Order: sequence, then C-alpha cells, then structure tokens
Amino acid sequence: MYEEMKKTVKVSEHEYRYIGKHGNRADAHDLVSGRQKFLDDLVMPGMLVVRVLRSPHPNALIKSIDLSKAKGLPGVIGAASYKEAPDWKCGLPNHRRVLDRQVRFVGDSVALVAAETAEIGDEALKLIDVEYEVLPFVLDCEKALEPGAPQLYEEYPGNEIPKVTPFSEEPFNQIFVGDIKKGFEEAAYVNEGYMKYENMAHPLPPESPGCIAQWTSPSAVTVWYNGGAPHLQKFNTEASIPGVAVRVIACHAGGSYGSKQLIPHMILQAILMAKLTGRACKFIMDRTEHLLSYELRQGSRIRGRVGMTEDGVINAVEGMWYTDSGMSSTYAQAMTAVGLGECQAFLGKCKNWALDTKLVATNHSSQAPIRGFGGQECKSVLVPMVCTVIRKAGMDPLEVFKKNFVKAGDRYIWRDNLWWEVHSVDYTKAFEESARAFGWKDKWKGWEKPYWVSEDRRYARGVGVGVHGNADIGEDPTEGMVKLHPFGSVTLELCVGETGGAQRFAVQKMVAEVMKVPLDGVQVVDPDTHATGYDAGMIGSRGTITMGTTAVRAANDARRQLLEMAAVKLNANVEDLDTENFLVFAKSRPEVRLPWIAVCGTPEMTITGSAKYKQNFDKPNFALYLADVEVNLMTGEAKLIHALEGSDVGQIIDPINIRMQAEGSFGSAGGDTGLFEEMVMDKKLGRFMTGNMIDYKWRTFNEFPPFDTVLLESEFDSEAFHALGFGEITPSPAPAAILMAVSNAIGHEITEYPCSPTVVLRAMGKIQGGR
Amino acid sequence: MKEHLEQICITVNGVPRKFIIGDGVGCVSPSETLLDTIRDRLGLTAAKRGCEHGACGCCTVIMDREAVASCMVLTADCDGSSVTTLEGLCDPVTGELSPLQKAFADNSAFQCGFCTPGIIMSTRALLDRNPDPTEEEMTEALSGNYCRCISHYQVIRTVMGFIQEMKRKEA
Repeated sequence: MYEEMKKTVKVSEHEYRYIGKHGNRADAHDLVSGRQKFLDDLVMPGMLVVRVLRSPHPNALIKSIDLSKAKGLPGVIGAASYKEAPDWKCGLPNHRRVLDRQVRFVGDSVALVAAETAEIGDEALKLIDVEYEVLPFVLDCEKALEPGAPQLYEEYPGNEIPKVTPFSEEPFNQIFVGDIKKGFEEAAYVNEGYMKYENMAHPLPPESPGCIAQWTSPSAVTVWYNGGAPHLQKFNTEASIPGVAVRVIACHAGGSYGSKQLIPHMILQAILMAKLTGRACKFIMDRTEHLLSYELRQGSRIRGRVGMTEDGVINAVEGMWYTDSGMSSTYAQAMTAVGLGECQAFLGKCKNWALDTKLVATNHSSQAPIRGFGGQECKSVLVPMVCTVIRKAGMDPLEVFKKNFVKAGDRYIWRDNLWWEVHSVDYTKAFEESARAFGWKDKWKGWEKPYWVSEDRRYARGVGVGVHGNADIGEDPTEGMVKLHPFGSVTLELCVGETGGAQRFAVQKMVAEVMKVPLDGVQVVDPDTHATGYDAGMIGSRGTITMGTTAVRAANDARRQLLEMAAVKLNANVEDLDTENFLVFAKSRPEVRLPWIAVCGTPEMTITGSAKYKQNFDKPNFALYLADVEVNLMTGEAKLIHALEGSDVGQIIDPINIRMQAEGSFGSAGGDTGLFEEMVMDKKLGRFMTGNMIDYKWRTFNEFPPFDTVLLESEFDSEAFHALGFGEITPSPAPAAILMAVSNAIGHEITEYPCSPTVVLRAMGKIQGGR
Repeated sequence: MKEHLEQICITVNGVPRKFIIGDGVGCVSPSETLLDTIRDRLGLTAAKRGCEHGACGCCTVIMDREAVASCMVLTADCDGSSVTTLEGLCDPVTGELSPLQKAFADNSAFQCGFCTPGIIMSTRALLDRNPDPTEEEMTEALSGNYCRCISHYQVIRTVMGFIQEMKRKEA
C-alpha cells in the first residue's frame, strides 16, 4: 500500500542515505539470536527476589499483621508491612504509600518479602498472618462522587483527586471559551449524549513490569527498570524519597505501550526491600499480578451536549468528562489536560466550549498512562457523543470530521494552559486519500445502514470512522550531545530507551544522515540518567521530533566545529568544506580527503556538539481509522474484516517500522477494545476475573484481518527531517470507528463497549437486561 | 535412609547435559520447568518468562522436533530428549545467524523483540516438518505465540518471503 501511495500522492522528494529507507536495526542481530538482555536476564551478586502479599478485599483496613513466621523461613532475608515502611508516597500528587494500612483494591500490596528465590518468597507469603477490617467499596465513578460513598483517601473527601498537573501553575482541567449559549442558539442541530468507555483493558506487554534496586551509598540508589523514560522515573522517585539521589538505567523493554514508562510504586517497593536487606532486590510481577494488580486503561465517561451548524461545523460542546482513576493516579491529571487539547484538535473549528472534568478515585487497580495517554479513552466517548448530532443531521461523519479537524491557522489551548496556533499541518489530503483507498464513499450508506446483507439475511456489514490527533509529539525538553572521535566513529549521548518503536534506530539514522557516515559508525549510548542529559523518554510519540531534533542539532553543531577546525588546517572557507565517511574534503576538490584524525591532530580529544530542545505544541499529529465489520445477526458476533489507518507523517524515517506502528493499533488494548477486549469485573466481589492470558481475550496470529495503511509525506516544518511522531496514537481512533461500524451493520445504535454478542443482541432488541 | 537420586540427560543445542533430580542443593527439583533449567542453569536466556502458564509462547523451544512451551514441561520428564533453543539455531562456532534468523533481522520482523525467540522457534518447527506451508498453516502454527506490539503482519510477510527465497535457491 505504501508503495502504491507513493506513486499517486506527493511524497518526499529528498534523496537521503538512510531516512525513508529500510535498514537493519542495530539491535536486530541480538534480538533474533537471543543475545539481547532483558531485565529478567540480569543477575546481580547476592540479588534477592521480591514477592508481594496482595489484598483479597477491594477496600479494607489491616487490623493486625504478623510477619514473624515469614521472617523465620530459611532463605527469607527481609519482610515489611506498613509498620516497617517509611512514609514514601508516589502518584500525582503524592498519595499512594509504598505500603499502607488501608488496602484499596483486590491485589493491593499488604506486605513485601525479599527472599533468595521466588519459590521461598511465595512460601513466606503464606506464613503472614493478617486480620482485615473489611470496608464497603465503590466501583462506579459517578456513584463514588455521591454523598455517603465509601471513601478511599482521607485527604480526598468525596473521592475527587486534586486536579494538579506538572505542566502549569494553574492546571488545565476544563475548557470554558466563547459563548456556549450563543453557540447552541446558532446551531442547526443539537443533541445530547452519554457515553462510557470502561473496559479497563490491559495493555499487557509480553514482559511484565519490573525493576532491580541496589543502594550504592546511604543517599544513593541505582535502579534498573524495563521502561523507556528513565529521567522521568528518576525525578518521580526522587520526589518520593527526599534527599536520595536516584540513578535510573533503562533496560531493553519487552513492550510497554506507555504502561511501563513509569512504575513508581514498584520501584519504591524494590528500593525499600533493598534498603532493609542491604542487597540488590529484583521485583518483577508474575503474569497474574500483572493482570490483576497492575495499572489499566482509565475509565472514561462523558455526559454532554453538542451543537452543529447547517454546514457541518461543530460549534458548541458542553458537558462533564469523568475519568475513573481507580485507586490512584499516576498521571491522570496530565492525561486530562492533554485530552482537553485533543478535543480541540478534533473539533478545531469549535469556538464555544463548556467542558468540565472530574478525576475520581474508585476501588479497582490504578489507572495509568497507556499508549495514547488518555487519547483513546477520550475519543472513545467523545467521538460517539459528537456523532449523535451528525447522525441527527444525516451527514457523512468522515466529511464532518474532515471539515472540523484542526489545521494550520487554527488555535487551541494545550496542556500548559496556553493558547497555541497551529503551524504547518493540514490533513485534508490524508483524509481524502485514506477514504479513497478504503472505498469509503461506496460503503457509507448512511447512519445505521449496512452496506451489505447476505442473501439469507444472517450476516451484515457496516463501516465506521474514527479520528485522532495529539500535539504532545513536541512535548518536554531534551538535551543531547554528539561526539566525533578522531579515528572515525560517532557517539550520540541522548537518553533513548527502546520499547519496540525503533526510536534508538531512528536517531541513529538521523545522526548518520547529518554526518554522512555509515550507520554502524554511530553508537547510541545506553539510556542511563548518570550518562545522559535530560529527556522525558518514550512518551507521547515525542521521540521523533524532540529526540530527533536534538540529535540533528547536536550533529550539526559537531559537524560545524569539525569543519571550522579543518578550515584552519586547510586554509579554506568553512562553507567550501564537507565531510563524508569520516573524511573532510573541499567540495571543489572531492578527490583529496583528510581523515578526521588529521584534522584533530591528536586522538586525545573529541569534538562535541550539543543541543537542547524546548517543547512546542504547534503541530498535532493525525490518525484516521476506517473499520469494516461483519456481524452475525443471529449470534451477535462481530468481526473486523478489514481496516485501514491513514496519516500524513511529514517524512517516513523507516517504512517497515512505521507500518508496524500503524498495525500496532490492534495491540496495547487498542482497537479490539471496540470488539471484545476487556478486564471482566465481578462487581459483587469487586475483583477482576481475567487473571491469566487464557481468560483475558486477545487476538491470535491467525485472527488478523487485512489491514492497509496510507501514509503521506508532506514534509512538515520539523527539524527532524520534516517528520512527526505517529506511533503512539494509532490505536486511539479505532474503538469509536468499530463501534460505529457495528452499529451500521446491525441497523441499531450501540452505546457501550465492547461490542460483544450480548451488547449487539441487546441493541437489536433480541435480548434484554444487564450483562 | 539415603535418598535415591535419578540422573537424566537432555541434549541441549547438540550438547548432552546431565542433571540430578532431587530436592537437595544443586539438584533439579521434580517441579522445575524446562524453562527454568535452560535459563537459570544453562544461561540460555533467549526463551523468555512470559506468562508461565503456556499461553504466550515466549518460552517456545523445539523438543524432539515439536515446538513446546518450555514453561509447561518438567525437566524431570525430559530424559533422553533433544532440545533446541534460539541460541542453537546460530552456527555453534562462528555464531552466524541461520537463514531464518537473518530473514527476521533483515526485515525487522519484530518490534520490542521479547516474543521473537518464541516466534522464530515456532516457525522453525513448522518449516522442519512442512517446508512449504500455506499462509493459513503458518499463522495456525503461530497461533500460540503472543505479540502485543503487533509484528504479525511483518512476520507473515517475512516468513512467506523466506519460503519463496528458499524454494528459489533449491530450484
């Protein structure tokens, strides 16, 4: 598809050495030979294993706890309950204790054991005597706000978590702009909507979250972890343990999808046990813990009203957006702030807003930043709510989305609570080319209308569309250096973790492109906070712009210094010189080339280029998801039979890697949350029932439908070779598109996720009652 | 009374390995899995601890020509078996990648790579018994291998291309 599109759509005309071409990743050999070390492959001398006793109750106080028998088991080196634990807290704001007397969900930590082996640790957990005072619990975010609801934190009466963010003094947690009354008066179509996206789905990376902690002095600790944002993790942990310097080293991660970039609570627990035992402590969740006790996609619910003009401009939005944060907030307020920006990117022409938010604590496992950073959760409720008014007008949703999506010249408030004017981007062509490749015009027959029904009327097909964009691709500062070594090699000192998106490879390519050297002539240092300048990590698809721009700037700085030195040696003008394959030459006499060592005169030096990037929110990225589903009208079973994802990424860095990012819309609790993926909760007991990978449904290798991508290259205003980040957002528009497609196939509007057979048959009126 | 210790022999990547089954220090306990043995005793860490209940395929090795989830196999039951791990596909002297591994590397048929060892081993086992599978047969053979980054399409493109390349070379 990519090759086809290149023939018909204007794409980058630059001819690069590496950019836009496929190459072997530097880690490819190790990954396919088994030499690549992941966290669980690391062994430290005398290392202990941490195991956790977990709460069987969704809300309870620990009346008494006795660790003595566990501590007496041979091979157990340390154990701790809330009594032994310091008052270290994490979360935003810091509220979740490393171990607490109150346990707030089934799976919450009750006690920790550090033992010689996991088996001994598990035996020790059985020897811990605990007496609980069981408390009432609440799982529904609106019920949690009602008077008399069970309370999770004394400091948060009413279960509302404070709306602080790290982005601005006055947090951005509501949009009140324009004149909402006037907006609705001017609207030709107005409709109300109430929508929930509360699958609480699990990102479920194949490698569970984990870390190793080792104290190196009374005031310094080193942490190895399998996330991709070591500097963010460092200051997060230092904020929890005042006076302690935390060094964080990121291991190659077995997937993250956002969910492992910050694992603050686990790291505090490992650090605690390392302190109590004086040994290195490894804490990796087993799969059941990972499923039942780790962080999930947040619950999202919206209640509101939308107005649209005669010509299809959404011009008024009011309502309340609830975020169910579970028992804790790692970064939910930040996701709310970004989500409000994303609402405006989606509805870029809307001038009248009255959209408020509430962040609510409930008694299930914590929410977390997961691929999309709340964008998927936001769009899965906002898009269907907006569609209620498009449906009322009988308009084509794709055309309305195209008309309303933000483009250069539009403005929005972003997460820093500042107005930003959009520059450079216009995704109109991406809308049109994607729709054409999918055959949208042929398949869109109107709301709740299938485009095909089988002769026996057992099967029907429908299509749906979702859209998303996020300006966080320019978020947070980055510092980096490029070092030129005289004998002919280049080091990029930039903190880039690897979680699967090939970002280390991308910046390696960019530096090799600037320096005109072989790819393997550029080494990217390991992601270690002691060895690199600040970078916020692999979050928000920021890597391409922020890390890329920093790498390009630092490489250009180093190149400039090299050529300035050469100009003196050669008595030439800098502008007349160039460098290629570790040789300097005059452009007028390219046959005469001077090696870098001759320019430097000594190997006892390096030429160091440095750069800083400051955040910028003036360019949202874009993803359009088009879904084609077939529904068995007798059984209610819905299947995705074809999907297409389209975007304009400015410039493709690697065609295979970016295509896999689009195909990744199936993963990380993405598109399939529209169809079948969810954590199933026993609401009477307050515990999840899907604690293994057989009960938790996922799509197997032989169940993937045809999937196409349309990726345009309009060379946007980006210093990273005109490229924008894209990978994070690919799942975000998918659930809403699938919901619409199923509704159109069956001829009835569906308003709940996922579109399981029960939901489908209920929407069709064939069955009644709750799930 | 002196404990009766059973000795077993498993050929791992062509090298015979002997283990004593028992509960004593250094012995392989009767409940130890093949995954733990190859990772923790032999240092062969390509096979990954993923789910430890046989659902994700990250620990897949080839045992007596069949792809198996090594987390579901007890080492004590493997006496006389021949086991190949991902490390065993490389040339034992030079470390050179096998053609199948090279195809995965050249085509970036992975993202995070955690599930890649299992996917390659399942593919190898399939091709050993059926060198010319259909795409349906291939995806069926890989249906026990979990990948959450969604490298499935690229794996299919890579393996089907590899099969064609092998056929072309044979012709």
